[in-house]
Amino acid sequence: MVKVTVDGIVVDVPPGSNVLQACEAAGKEVPRFCYHERLSVAGNCRMCLVEIEKAPPKPFASCAYPVNEGMVVHTDTPMVKKGRAGVMEFLLINHPLDCPICDQGGECDLQDQAVGYGRDSSRYTEAKRAVKDKDLGPLVKTVMTRCIQCTRCIRFSAEVAGTPELGATARGETMEVGTYVQKALTSELSGNLIDICPVGALTSKPYAFVARPWELKKTDSIDVLDAVGTNIRIDARGPEVLRVLPRLNEDVNEEWLADKGRFAIDGLKRRRLDSVWVKRDGKLQKAAWTDAFEAIDAKLKGVSGDRIGAIAGDLADAESMLALKELMAALGSANIDCRVDGAAIDASRRDFYTFNTSIAGIEEADAILIIGSNPRREAPLVNARILKRSRAGRLPVAVVGPAADLTYAAQNLGDGPAVLASLIDGTHPFAATLMAASKPMIIVGQGALRRADGAAVLAAAWKLAAEVGALSDTWHGFNMLHTAAARVGGLDLGFVPGKGGKDVGGMLGGGVDVLWLLGADALDTARIGANTFVIYQGHHGDAGAARADVILPGAAYTEKDGTYVNTEGRVQRGQRAIYPPGEAREDWKILRAFSGYTGKPLPYDTIEALRARLEAVNPVFARLDILPRFGCTDATGPAEAGAISGAPFVEAVPNYYQTDPISRASPTMAECTATYVAPIQAAAE
Amino acid sequence: MTEHAEPTAFAFDAESEAKITSILAKYPAGKQASAVLPLLDLAQRQMGRLTGSAWIPRVAMDTIAARLDMAPIRVYEVATFYFMFNMQPVGKYHLQLCTTTPCWLRGSDDVVATCRKVTGIKGWKETSADGLFTMTEVECVGACVNAPILQVNDDFFEDMDAESTEKLLEALKRGEYPKPGSVKGRQTSAPEGGPTTLTTLNFPAAE
Repeated sequence: MVKVTVDGIVVDVPPGSNVLQACEAAGKEVPRFCYHERLSVAGNCRMCLVEIEKAPPKPFASCAYPVNEGMVVHTDTPMVKKGRAGVMEFLLINHPLDCPICDQGGECDLQDQAVGYGRDSSRYTEAKRAVKDKDLGPLVKTVMTRCIQCTRCIRFSAEVAGTPELGATARGETMEVGTYVQKALTSELSGNLIDICPVGALTSKPYAFVARPWELKKTDSIDVLDAVGTNIRIDARGPEVLRVLPRLNEDVNEEWLADKGRFAIDGLKRRRLDSVWVKRDGKLQKAAWTDAFEAIDAKLKGVSGDRIGAIAGDLADAESMLALKELMAALGSANIDCRVDGAAIDASRRDFYTFNTSIAGIEEADAILIIGSNPRREAPLVNARILKRSRAGRLPVAVVGPAADLTYAAQNLGDGPAVLASLIDGTHPFAATLMAASKPMIIVGQGALRRADGAAVLAAAWKLAAEVGALSDTWHGFNMLHTAAARVGGLDLGFVPGKGGKDVGGMLGGGVDVLWLLGADALDTARIGANTFVIYQGHHGDAGAARADVILPGAAYTEKDGTYVNTEGRVQRGQRAIYPPGEAREDWKILRAFSGYTGKPLPYDTIEALRARLEAVNPVFARLDILPRFGCTDATGPAEAGAISGAPFVEAVPNYYQTDPISRASPTMAECTATYVAPIQAAAE
Repeated sequence: MTEHAEPTAFAFDAESEAKITSILAKYPAGKQASAVLPLLDLAQRQMGRLTGSAWIPRVAMDTIAARLDMAPIRVYEVATFYFMFNMQPVGKYHLQLCTTTPCWLRGSDDVVATCRKVTGIKGWKETSADGLFTMTEVECVGACVNAPILQVNDDFFEDMDAESTEKLLEALKRGEYPKPGSVKGRQTSAPEGGPTTLTTLNFPAAE
């Protein structure tokens, strides 16, 4: 450690730190625009000036100056104050005074620091420069005249997003930040540019002119539009969710948020199920809750338990899945399944279906094999972590599956599972790479499991992990990457067929007479038997609701307290930001109410009681937010089932922007689809 | 930036390729991005050689990016930073007029006015109707002793005034290419009309 004195406070900082970090360690605020702790140091805004004793008598940019033993730093001398005021005056020379119409107003670094470190008035009377706005696609709005050229966005897109498309062209007075070729950013993380931009140059296009930050009620929650479990903050005003921002969680999302989680929220206001519908004379009609319960109850009366089934969808919270599971048990049914897409997941052991290395653990890995997954589309923040690790150097990555641009160098070993056999027996060259690695990772995606030979692929992947030494006492290198926020929670609480129960495939095609869909839309509803009575409980009029006989309007993730388990197996809780619209209710309450109506009341009346039950069913639900790292204690793999076919893997997420009822209802996501996905699909045809 | 037509394809020809091989050999493996400046220069010269207009179209920058394993934007950044790379088509003769203080004091305004009169060009970065000339205002080109300077493509024409400028441009129009250097016949930056100091010393004759 290096001893540094900042304004008389002695702090110890790790060698290689910069002076700015030392000042922060001493609790001294240092203004900055270009410096960002997750990006490389640019040192070009000059706002973080400090004075250093026994160094040349001039102000130093603290972000770009390394600490030395015994260094004495001052952040409050007249020289520092004058220097910062001068820098601020220069920055404001070309910055427009349009704060009243700027979306960054109220949460603008430049605004705040101008108050804190600037002069009270400008001495500049000449004409200001103006810069043409750039079109960066449907998500990021630009007002480039406001740009102070800190280059954070340029560094972010190259270093974190892995899509180096932004740059600073020309120079001096004519320097501009942009793509130069006027194209939409192709990153799934482009929304983070809005957060890191210290001024109002990059703002949210859908949120433009919508609200001021001080009008918003802020609620901490969890993103459910992929399985990463990104920590988010929901900003709402009245009955409307206006925006979603990431919260800091070093272990999961650092401080980033993928675009779908950020921008799909306008889908929460469209195609909503806000009243109860019951099919009468072949037509869905609005009804009261009691009418719906009566209709379901009447139908259930004449049906035996083994002809009733339930499927839990991709966005369901653990509480409502448990309530549905226990309702089904009370009705005498073991036909329950949460693997809507029919993925061959072995739920018998937790490490068969979780991302055991953990997302933060990716940074320790020294070789990665991805099987049947495109993490860039399935979990952009997991992909960003792999990129982060890859940029640190010496990380061989190989992919078995469709060729894709993952933003880092990845060798493609073939598009189908045929190559797995040669990897397992060690004859494939990449097997030697995995063997040589001390912390190899195998990532299995849903694309590898949603197929007839899914179970065999899963078994082969585990076997490969065992063969290459990825399963040791201290390192668990077998990882399953999920795409649905509900999946791991559902598997944890046992939302899988009980003894003699039918799975999704068995329930479809007339396998059951009554089918309860808890937000399950990701299945082919045409396969549901013609005579099956379908109850759809959910929040959007999507595929499931279209086939339903009774619709029970539920709450979206922003409208209920819910527990979600991310792909790592991390249990996290989201909180209600707004109330569900119209007649809609929180899902577990609907199930609890119906259980009472049908005379088999579930034994919990409050969410606390339900959560206590959840912990009783599986103790992992008691371990909130933290995820202990563990090695593999039992290398026995999932049961082998059948042979592996030569068929190529199909991408689990063909269109990143539309994967669930919320994003399918979102106009912003539809625009992204038209901008990014449609041209590619058209070119492929 | 004015609108202009961008070609749809660009490839280095054999002459450029031969040079690329020797340029790339200068840099260690993995550091080939260092060759971006010489390659941009090559592309501009090749365009001048083949089309008569020495500029760098976007496809050429994309070609260089692919060749050097760089993101295209990194090449755009470098190319737009340097004034010597033309991002839009220029005339056969690129008139680069220095108007920085020494040249200005020595009469660069006359040179500029004469260029405008002879070529009919009104603004900077514009090309004459006959496609022969483009006028660009440049900062100090580092030949102040021979100010004012009119740089035509790679060559400096020095000690210019209105008359010599007109003569030079007319000659270029006729397809001639006068000898570069001082139009007053000075030997590099030596005094006009021969040495004025150290005249009494008797140096041994140069071999």
